[in-house]
Amino acid sequence: MNPVVRRLVFLSGAIGVALLLAWGMTGLPPFGVYRGPYGDVINRSAIRERHTTEAVGAVVMDYRGFDTLGEEFILLTSVVGVALLLRTARDEEERETPSDEHPGTVPITDAVAAIGLALIGPTVLTGLSIVAHGHITPGGGFQGGAVLAAGAILSFLAGRYVLFRRVAPTHLLDPAEGSGAAGFVLVGALGLVSGSAFLANVLPLGEAGTLLSSGTLPLLNMTVGLEVAAGFVLIVSEFLEETMAVRRKGER
Amino acid sequence: MSYLPYGVAAWLFLVGLYGMVTSRNLIHLVVCLSVVQSSTYVFLLALGFETGATAPVFYDVPPGTPAVDPVVQALVLTDVVVGVTVTALLLALAIQEHKRFGTLDPHELRAMRG
Amino acid sequence: MTALQAVILLLVAGGGLAVVLVRSPLRQALVVGIYGLTLAVLFVVFQAPDVALSLGAVGSVALPLMIVMALAKTRSGDEE
Repeated sequence: MNPVVRRLVFLSGAIGVALLLAWGMTGLPPFGVYRGPYGDVINRSAIRERHTTEAVGAVVMDYRGFDTLGEEFILLTSVVGVALLLRTARDEEERETPSDEHPGTVPITDAVAAIGLALIGPTVLTGLSIVAHGHITPGGGFQGGAVLAAGAILSFLAGRYVLFRRVAPTHLLDPAEGSGAAGFVLVGALGLVSGSAFLANVLPLGEAGTLLSSGTLPLLNMTVGLEVAAGFVLIVSEFLEETMAVRRKGER
Repeated sequence: MSYLPYGVAAWLFLVGLYGMVTSRNLIHLVVCLSVVQSSTYVFLLALGFETGATAPVFYDVPPGTPAVDPVVQALVLTDVVVGVTVTALLLALAIQEHKRFGTLDPHELRAMRG
Repeated sequence: MTALQAVILLLVAGGGLAVVLVRSPLRQALVVGIYGLTLAVLFVVFQAPDVALSLGAVGSVALPLMIVMALAKTRSGDEE
């Protein structure tokens, strides 16, 4: 099918979809008018019931915690898939572990290296703070885990590939990610052990606005943050080993 | 004018699909898929918006002030992070495919050789 | 709907079009980073700070990095 015919077929389908979407969307309430009841119900009752000041965190980890469990396992599966695909492909060709630095492979200026190395500490601290305060201010496991992973990747972006391998070795990342996913299930099983439903909030709810409040929410935030951070660093290190190992082989 | 966010979401969806259909490079196709995903984020957040309301965080405002819908934000929040991971899986598949067939052009992958 | 929201919505629409029309994946990595930042600003204006945080952390760091690394792998595979 040559490109012109492909475009014509797509355009005819797209016009049909656009008409259908236009007809459907004009039946919605106009932008800014909110009619659904659930948002108002949660906004009014989340503080009273869960002693948390952030309604979104309560919805993600508590009211709809089972959905978050499913999403976390999608993440785990994708990371396992990436590791599986790239590791089996690498075992088919010769491998050698990079043991010294080749300054010529990644030409980084001194300014980029200095700023990158200087920003690792603040980034990791910011990520940890976002994870820990997930039930008080906007934040939580997913965002904090992504910022933590960015902090770990900064050591590679600053030109120190060997430092990155030493800070985040594969034999540490695999169990870290598995324990993050398992930790979520274990905290949910706490609810089963104490006689109520799975993922029920059974730890003591403190006072709203302090760090030790809202029962299982801080624990769940921490497990999710561990898993997301380990997952992202694992993906990046798998991709990197692909490029760096092959490039080193082609250099000789 | 008050249906502009929904129109932008539909526009992003169709533009992303057009990019996927007429793409000559598998990596370009995967990035267009992430544009299609972002159209759903815009649509969902536009559904939960209420004019004159604030964010659903009650750290410094007293509970009871009108706030936007937190359920929709919870859906989009996990979706963003998981979507990037799935994009990584697709990119790894593209790398594998390049190793086997030597090309990144989807028009040249005709028959599946079993 | 305020004027700020209308302007950023139009910017997002233009950004999506730009991501699709750029054909070279190397340039697309940069454009998708900028598109992610525009989306994060849109989410802040829609009163959703959590979503903006996660999109900013992920869409500007992880996504362009993975695109560039996938490109490097397929291109160095070409030179072997």
